[in-house]
Amino acid sequence: MVRFDKLAYDSVDDYIYGSSPKPIKTKKGLVIGGGEIYPELNFTLPTMDVNESTIQDALTIYSEMIEGVLKRARELYAPGVVIEFETLPPFTENPQWGIEATKILLDRMNEYHAVHGLKSALRVTPNDLREMSRPPVMRSGKYLEGVLEAFEGMARDGADFLSIESTGGKELNDEALMNADLKKVIFSLGVLGCRDMKFLWKHIVEIAGKHGAFAAGDSSCGFGNTAMVLAEMGFIPKVFAAVVRVATVPRALVAFEMGAIGPSKDCAYEGQYLKAITGMPISMEGKSAACAHLSPLGNISASCADLWSNESVQQIKLLSDMAPIVSMEQLIYDCRLMNQAKKKGLGREFRDMLVDSDSSLDPRAYVLRPDVAFEISKELVKVEDSFNRTKLGAQLAIEKIRKGYEDGALSLEKREVPWLNIMERQIEEIPDNELEFYDTIKGELDADKWLPKEYGLE
Amino acid sequence: MDLQELSLAVQDGDDKKVKELVNLALQSKVSPENILNEGMIGAMSDIGEKFKNNEIYVPEMLMAARAMAAGMQILEPVLVETGVKPIGKCVIGTVKGDLHDIGKNLVKMMLKGVGIEVVDLGADVPSSEFLKKAEEIGADLVCLSALLTTTMPAMGDVIRVFEQAGVKDKYTFMIGGAPVTSSYAKQINADYYTPDAGTAADVAKDVLVRKAAN
Repeated sequence: MVRFDKLAYDSVDDYIYGSSPKPIKTKKGLVIGGGEIYPELNFTLPTMDVNESTIQDALTIYSEMIEGVLKRARELYAPGVVIEFETLPPFTENPQWGIEATKILLDRMNEYHAVHGLKSALRVTPNDLREMSRPPVMRSGKYLEGVLEAFEGMARDGADFLSIESTGGKELNDEALMNADLKKVIFSLGVLGCRDMKFLWKHIVEIAGKHGAFAAGDSSCGFGNTAMVLAEMGFIPKVFAAVVRVATVPRALVAFEMGAIGPSKDCAYEGQYLKAITGMPISMEGKSAACAHLSPLGNISASCADLWSNESVQQIKLLSDMAPIVSMEQLIYDCRLMNQAKKKGLGREFRDMLVDSDSSLDPRAYVLRPDVAFEISKELVKVEDSFNRTKLGAQLAIEKIRKGYEDGALSLEKREVPWLNIMERQIEEIPDNELEFYDTIKGELDADKWLPKEYGLE
Repeated sequence: MDLQELSLAVQDGDDKKVKELVNLALQSKVSPENILNEGMIGAMSDIGEKFKNNEIYVPEMLMAARAMAAGMQILEPVLVETGVKPIGKCVIGTVKGDLHDIGKNLVKMMLKGVGIEVVDLGADVPSSEFLKKAEEIGADLVCLSALLTTTMPAMGDVIRVFEQAGVKDKYTFMIGGAPVTSSYAKQINADYYTPDAGTAADVAKDVLVRKAAN
């Protein structure tokens, strides 16, 4: 395991979009984190049932989507693009379908590279099907085999980046989020999530190594983004979602400890911390991902990104053109502007404008401030184990939010403020020893929902 | 006995106090129906109003719902004994192929809060299970949830199963989930689309009140 015990940067001033200390060069010569930020476009099928009788239609739609977005990228002189194929469940349940779609995308990307010189790379993100068994079976069985088979086939056929939104611990985390129970969130993320990441990413890194792909990282989407969106809907406190975000960092970091090298996945907003710790490039999403979900961090999320993503968009017709083409255009213009600012020597100022335009308005944005991410990350790397890092991350996030609020740097609604104390009290109840924590909490966990042995517990 | 104290205990999520006060109310010969309507459902209605007004969050609602459930453990046998019935019955679940259940669980909580008996089939539920359970309990409502564009069609499958069995018109079908719209509800022959849990409870209650009036 790689151990990250210090930050990858000496100064937060150097921590900026488009550049990372450990850039990645892809097969087609695209350098991610080498100075420029590039668009990462994700598209998905319109509403349809994907089955034996419709799969050919679905593959045709993928063919149309990739042609449309590459054509627009070429027309707008994009210096490079990343395409993400985040599969819908049937494409992982039937790995051959996912592999076939991958081939279609790669063929067209290779053609655009050969004919038009458009540099591109493909990220593949199969679904973590293991949660299809209830309670989830994480370490064996047909669902795990399906996921690994999809990775294997896609990497073999030329996918550049392997990613996943893995779900270890999610079976307990959903309810913990709805109850704003930070203790159970920390157990789900810091104990179950981290243990599962160690297991899963060992396999993914091996597959990537075998086929010359990059193990690119894992999003805590089902954890941090679920919390973010629930807070956006007014269901749970925003400060709670902000603290959960920071608590996801150690879990996502495990992929890199196991050998991933990025670029981290777009919806992993914890990437803001991962890049500071690992120096590896990250993908992020914000205002131009409003086609997929709303968020309070549309600008700040771009401040240190190396790829800029739309998260996902369906193949539907808008007034101008098909939605993926529209997304591609938006991302290209976003990136053009950011790259131009850097060329003029205004990169840091542009970064700070992205940061300052969001960070005072919402705690979920505030915890993504580069200075906040830096200071918290500095403390996280001093801690040896993932569980205690998770606990510490949550503690430090509360402290930073409180200080930001008290200093007038962050606005909070009145009903948010008491939750800082509530969360602090919840953390105080958590012992420092992982197994001791498990002993104290297991009576409170719904035994029907999870299998301790799938996480090496019992 | 003043049921306001019971209502406040439910709203505070104080399970222990709720149990004590329900017992006390029964001993004081307060009618079980009044305890239910004024102490419990009234409390959940107030909580729902506070949520709508952005005064509280879901965790506080869940605490209240758990407190109500604690009180109902004592009250329910008495209600059955005295012939008091719920305002209606509902079968709820996330459709086949979809494991997302946060939204569905919220709807369940809100439906219970307005006095509807809810049978939760869970997530990834085959279409036939909805029919089987709805027929078994004599449900009034069938509530379907889906979060994925690829699983939305399974909501239509459920309704078709009821149509094929010739019993579709016995039930009111309500659907919801992030990608779902009212036009999609029309397309699959569902009766209502509701955008959130609070609206779902309001619509469900209206449907049942109208049904009772007919």
